Amino acid sequence: MMDVAELVSGYGRIGVLRGASFAVVRGECLGILGHNGMGKTTLLRTIMGLLACQSGRIRFEGRAIERLATHQRARLGLGYVPQGRQIFPALTVRENLLFGGIAKSGGAKSGGAKSGDAKSGGAKSGADDILARILDDFPELKRLLDRPGGALSGGEQQLLALARALCGKPRLLLLDEPTEGIQPSIIAAMSERLHDLRARYGLSILLVEQNLDFIRGLANRALLIHRGQIGREIPPAALADPTLVEEFIAAV
Amino acid sequence: MDIVFAVGFQVMSGVATLLITSLGLAIIFGMMRVINLAHGEFLMLGAYAAILSARAGLNIWIAMLVVAPLVVGGIGLVIERLIIRRLYGRMVDTMLATWGLSLALIGAVTMIFGNTVAGFSAPLGSFAIGSFTASAYALFLIAAAIVLFGGIWALLRFTPAGLIARGTMQNAEMASALGVSPERVYAVTFAAGSAVSGLAGALIAPFSGVVPTMGAAFIAKSFITVITGGAAMLAGTFSASGLLGTVATLGTFATTPVFGEVMMLVVAIVLLRLLPQGITGRFFRRSL
Repeated sequence: MMDVAELVSGYGRIGVLRGASFAVVRGECLGILGHNGMGKTTLLRTIMGLLACQSGRIRFEGRAIERLATHQRARLGLGYVPQGRQIFPALTVRENLLFGGIAKSGGAKSGGAKSGDAKSGGAKSGADDILARILDDFPELKRLLDRPGGALSGGEQQLLALARALCGKPRLLLLDEPTEGIQPSIIAAMSERLHDLRARYGLSILLVEQNLDFIRGLANRALLIHRGQIGREIPPAALADPTLVEEFIAAV
Repeated sequence: MDIVFAVGFQVMSGVATLLITSLGLAIIFGMMRVINLAHGEFLMLGAYAAILSARAGLNIWIAMLVVAPLVVGGIGLVIERLIIRRLYGRMVDTMLATWGLSLALIGAVTMIFGNTVAGFSAPLGSFAIGSFTASAYALFLIAAAIVLFGGIWALLRFTPAGLIARGTMQNAEMASALGVSPERVYAVTFAAGSAVSGLAGALIAPFSGVVPTMGAAFIAKSFITVITGGAAMLAGTFSASGLLGTVATLGTFATTPVFGEVMMLVVAIVLLRLLPQGITGRFFRRSL
């Protein structure tokens, strides 16, 4: 589904990714495990096009995307749940969700206010459909719809960020440390939710995390990222045992 | 009693003028953090577009309300492509570039149309408030300010395009990750702000006179209004033009027009000393 080859990128002259290569298979959840500073976030930002890729290739469904603008990659079917969640703070929860679906609902195309009643009516019902469907999957957002996104708790924002990304109907979801700063009880619920959504939406997921339990619960396989390069696959047996993982990381 | 009405009417028309002439600048600054020092010249171009098309035989209302915003909006689109686009995020560079643009536009218009004041009579008569007479055109200006302000607010608040604009303003990176092209949003925003400036220029032309340097009289006041308003572009511009317009008009009544503007400046300076983030840095923070 996605092939990443020899990806090099970073901030200014400081190289963070130094030739990262891996592939995501359709339908799987691939976990990438790594400590802070190893390039997890940089990897996802480069795949999304928020950071320029200095060299290397990214193919998504057979198409080279490394030179495309971020919004074009998003429209091809990449969904992104960034670190820190990046909720629009002054938009309500409803507006955050509508924004997530805007490229898909055709709302982006009705440039002005007076774009023919029938047409704007059609775009509107498309947006309402997306909203209704996502609220079925995320019923806990219903009572928050009119609150500003910035007033939500961390866990609620994480759910909203996930729901917002799904409004764009992505085929591959990029998750950047969804457990960061979230209570353990909510982490468990989120893992379950993601399992569920994966099956229902036919989603492939690329998950970068340092929370081993979360990766173990969700990912079909896991790779290790270390100093900007993707290492070997972590053996499933090792994944099941934290001490073995630590040994494995130490051995790389 | 009559004098209360007359003064009140003057205050309202002063506020309306300030609001109309500041909105275009406020949109461009509020949405894109670009300070358009050629704002005054956009007003001037709007005035010229209106007067020239009216002289060519077009209905004066169409010339003012349709031709002026379309022409200046188009000019804005071209300027965004050629200049502004290359300078996003570099505020000082943009100010320099738009200042240069302002000089160039004044020069070009002077070269083509000459440095003379063109007349443009207010297309409405006058009406009486008791023993005072007031220009009906001022009444129209007040109505235009309300409609324009309300229209922009509704556009931002209720339409998909408005949602895109507000989201992109808050977090352009995330907007692009959700499939929205910030470049396109900025281009449309700059053109829309320019169109509003063009419309404003046409609306003030009947009482300001049309001359290549007419923008200079407005840019400073618009700029002060937008900065005093602070981060929330609509609530800020509205409250700041309400306050400063009132001060300037009352000051003018009590003393002379020059002192009216001095008082407005003093109030703005004191206000910014007390509220460095502008009015909406403290009040109406959640507004647009």
